Amino acid sequence: MKITVDMDKCQHYGQCTFEAPTVFALNDDGKLEYQGEVDDALADQVESAADVCPMQAIEVTA
Amino acid sequence: MTQVVVVGAGLGGLRAAESLRGQGFDVTVIGEEPYLPYNRPPLSKESLKGGVEVEGLYFRRKHDDIDWRIGAAVTGCSLASRVVEVDDAAYTFDGLVIASGIRPRHLPVPGPQPPVLRTVDDALRLRGKLTPGASLLVIGAGFIGCEVAATARQLGCEVTVTAYDAQPMLRPLGEQLGAAMREHHEAHGVTFHLGQGVSEFHEDGVTLADGTRLTAHVVIEAVGSVPNVEWLHGNDLDLSDGVLTNNLMQAVGTDVPVVAVGDIARFPNPRFDDVPRRIEHWNLPTETGKRAGLTLGALLRREEPEGDFRPMPAFWSDQYDYGLQSYGEPGLGEATLVDGEWSGDCIVEYVRDGEVVGVVGVNRTKDLMGYRKSIGHEA
Repeated sequence: MKITVDMDKCQHYGQCTFEAPTVFALNDDGKLEYQGEVDDALADQVESAADVCPMQAIEVTA
Repeated sequence: MTQVVVVGAGLGGLRAAESLRGQGFDVTVIGEEPYLPYNRPPLSKESLKGGVEVEGLYFRRKHDDIDWRIGAAVTGCSLASRVVEVDDAAYTFDGLVIASGIRPRHLPVPGPQPPVLRTVDDALRLRGKLTPGASLLVIGAGFIGCEVAATARQLGCEVTVTAYDAQPMLRPLGEQLGAAMREHHEAHGVTFHLGQGVSEFHEDGVTLADGTRLTAHVVIEAVGSVPNVEWLHGNDLDLSDGVLTNNLMQAVGTDVPVVAVGDIARFPNPRFDDVPRRIEHWNLPTETGKRAGLTLGALLRREEPEGDFRPMPAFWSDQYDYGLQSYGEPGLGEATLVDGEWSGDCIVEYVRDGEVVGVVGVNRTKDLMGYRKSIGHEA
């Protein structure tokens, strides 16, 4: 599955990192880094991460 | 088929509906506003600066086979008959999700009631008035009041804030951090009149209890909320402050399968204690909506709902270049500065009986994440 984060919306709150810690992380500068393509086995985690984003900046496509 | 009716088309209603549709139930969602579920936090910030396009605020929807009945006001409900009444129609259900949320509170004082900010329509009306040079009076110094004040300053308005409490955001942040945030606002040109109640509304402002008359081109009232429970009266539910539920979000006082979610639900969270509370933080509708979906699904399958539910409340607020972020329930504890300075970027822990119950950071998002683990108690 593919993941796109709208970096104009993203405020680097890091809530996604709690839901899918192997996919999303804040770097040393506190900015979001993420994997653009992940195994479908992580679908539940990624969906949860998109749900909890306060800015609703995460888009998930199959 | 087993029918679920969700009353309320906000974030909590959406999450519960998704959970229940995912379990195979037929789901109808009834919402009073003429919009699909949308994200409200931008209404006090980005939406007042740029355009208000409700489509841009819509939450993504994972199911295309949920029945959305929006623009419909629920007028009553009989749990015994399992029916929800809407103006000229009635919906029968096997299971009910109460997700009707809250509305802005009004101060009970004489004079014309000022506008509020809760819906996208409210934001549309307010946006047109916040022009450079216009004066704005904000009644209330909670998060919404403070965010609107900051946004209006950034738009070039003259801004005055008045509130009964002695500091802005006093209950969630405490005295010291509230005072620091007041100073940040003052440094950006906001004038405060704090520690005074409002005794009268006027078209162009207010009179305070001490006789001070404040005037402005634009007035907005942001003094907290009232749960939308009126449609539930007569069903033996505990509606004394929202809807009382057990820890798994099942409504107390009825044998009918009913759950409540989001801002309206008053539930005990064993992370802190056994006291039921309503929590209006942004992440709780998702947490409680998903949990309530599991609980109602079990009840409809005639199973016993199971699990341990101790969600971590979280909130965010952006004012000027100050990003506040919180985990837990800071309002339950006493503030202790643990890093930085009150007047700048900092981390504050909130402690009750020796236990950390909440943490707030100012511009410390990444560092704050490590403090999250120590809040309240896990199973």
